[in-house]
Amino acid sequence: MANVNDYVIEVRDLVVKYGERTVLDGINFRVPRGQTFVILGGSGCGKSTLLRNIVGLMRPHSGRIFINGQDFTAMNDRGRIAVRKKMGVCFQGSALFNSMTVGDNVALPLREHTKLEESTIEIMTKIKLELVGLGGFEDFMPAELSGGMKKRAGLARAMAMDPEIICYDEPSAGLDPIVAAGLDALIRKMQHTFNLTSIVVTHEMSSVELIADTVCMLKDGRIVEMGDMGRLRASSHPFVQQFLDRRPDEEGEGGSEYLRSLTGGD
Amino acid sequence: MALDIDKRETDSSWMVKAKGDVDLYTSPALRGVILKLLAKGDKALGVDLSEVLYMDSSGVATLVEGLKVANNAKTGFFLTAPSESVMKVLQLARLDAVFEIRNSV
Repeated sequence: MANVNDYVIEVRDLVVKYGERTVLDGINFRVPRGQTFVILGGSGCGKSTLLRNIVGLMRPHSGRIFINGQDFTAMNDRGRIAVRKKMGVCFQGSALFNSMTVGDNVALPLREHTKLEESTIEIMTKIKLELVGLGGFEDFMPAELSGGMKKRAGLARAMAMDPEIICYDEPSAGLDPIVAAGLDALIRKMQHTFNLTSIVVTHEMSSVELIADTVCMLKDGRIVEMGDMGRLRASSHPFVQQFLDRRPDEEGEGGSEYLRSLTGGD
Repeated sequence: MALDIDKRETDSSWMVKAKGDVDLYTSPALRGVILKLLAKGDKALGVDLSEVLYMDSSGVATLVEGLKVANNAKTGFFLTAPSESVMKVLQLARLDAVFEIRNSV
């Protein structure tokens, strides 16, 4: 069993609201060092919002997030920046700067946040691009890359600072199965080599099977199941079964209710 | 964790021993020692990695730069007894076949 100090991320009673609407409602979990923790759920269930809170791009309405035992939610901006240097984020749309070469995109965090010599940064950049299968592409512009290559370049940039934690938002969305499987294998290899702790937001079940140590399934802003894939498969929760079986929602509203929703009448 | 760096001279080479973590914050010190000794240009240089507990890509880049400088100066450059964690990183970066790696110091 993991020691309490081995939990890299701990989320306690997290509540996030957009205006009056509650998007995350009482989320609790902790992630041991070196594990891949997958946040799973349907579109709009709050999984990307949860990720944005973990990486500090949003502040919650209430609750706490601890990173390496430190209360991330209570830190000032300076403290949060220091913690964020230990995190890499692989954004859904890659978020590469289109005006910079691929190499400059990867080198950017190193140039901004370290005092390393340029010669060291150049070698590190090439190593990271080699790792993601983009060796020799450092002088290309993002517009010259395919969707899968952009994802991998985004991953190389997320790894630039050799983070302890890496967060992926829909890493394999929009990729063909072979490229997606390659990305999954890379995530796994990075985890084993560097003892990386990974948080992955996805709804791609084929990826989850390959990479997840623990899966947390969200519905309507709440955790409905959490555990390894065996536990998920054995779950009796109707939404978990529906999700795993890929069954569509039942037809909900009757004719009169539908008319009311369109006209706003009583 | 901090990095301790010791250097000693043998008849045929300079030996640099790194002890601790080689990361974004400590690798510049290792780079400084390696490049300074290579600048003498008189002997091969070995880096003892047996007590390096963690090495990130800045440490790997430092070793690659050392190898490049040594090759340009036609001086030997080798690694000795890399710890398991260092070896994993070198293998991931496919550099285990690029460096001359000796099993013992």
